[in-house]
Amino acid sequence: MMKWLHTMASSAWFYRFSGKMIPWLMGIFGVLFLVGLYGGLVAAPADYQQGDAFRIIYIHVPAAWMSLFIYIVMAVYGFIALVWRIKLAEVLLISSAPIGAAFTFLALVTGSLWGKPMWGTWWSWDARLTSELLLLFLYWGVIGLYAAIEDKRTASRAVSILTLIGVVNIPIIHYSVEWWNTLHQGSSVTLTDKPSMATEMLIPLLVMATAFKVYYAISLLIRTRAELVEREPNSKWLKQVIEENNHE
Amino acid sequence: MSEFLYMGGYAFHVWTSYALAFVVLLINILGPSLRHKKKLQRACDIQQLNEIQSNDT
Repeated sequence: MMKWLHTMASSAWFYRFSGKMIPWLMGIFGVLFLVGLYGGLVAAPADYQQGDAFRIIYIHVPAAWMSLFIYIVMAVYGFIALVWRIKLAEVLLISSAPIGAAFTFLALVTGSLWGKPMWGTWWSWDARLTSELLLLFLYWGVIGLYAAIEDKRTASRAVSILTLIGVVNIPIIHYSVEWWNTLHQGSSVTLTDKPSMATEMLIPLLVMATAFKVYYAISLLIRTRAELVEREPNSKWLKQVIEENNHE
Repeated sequence: MSEFLYMGGYAFHVWTSYALAFVVLLINILGPSLRHKKKLQRACDIQQLNEIQSNDT
């Protein structure tokens, strides 16, 4: 009984809270994204080696960071879902997967568009590129597995396990440029060392990365709301929400 | 302005990257919003149907 009450409360609470948050997050994202675009395309000077081609960095690197970040967050949700059986964690996990896949795709394609003029090739089977491609397949695997299993609670457990297994790929992607001799360059920005980039080039990168994080929150909240409504169309909380909407 | 669009000769690579980013970001907001709307409508229908059935019995 208590557990039932708990789930009811959390779905209802999450749905209402996220509804209030989304417009604010949209505003914050809009400002950050425009500032990032201006900083990256206009304010930052052209690179002395790569010219203006380096401006792809402001899409490529934040997208690649998000592709790793979202997977790690999904693994955390998966762990919570498996250990405590919290429904909201299951929904958050599966709602994150398409966003993670989208950022991975974006990182791969912009990397390819950047690689062609700089390396002379669209693609190379080196460690960084291959492990990032594997990440895309992992995201697709999660989405496909979830869709293939009828019972959504069972499906959630299966994708939680798959996500946790796939997490070994994350350090491989991150350290691939150090462990192997790759075509891909090493990190210009790390948490520990001073970044090897000029400040006016670095700031737009950090702004864009923050914008992408906020974007993830927005997309995740909308997806999670849709998933909650789909899973619990007949619930009391949703009845109340629909009534409230009708009165407005 | 044309120099800005020219991107030092890398116009195709730079602008394709940014255009793609726009598309990907837009899709992942619009798609889920539409889905949310549809699922809400479906929930409305299901609840109305249940009400009618419970009134009948």
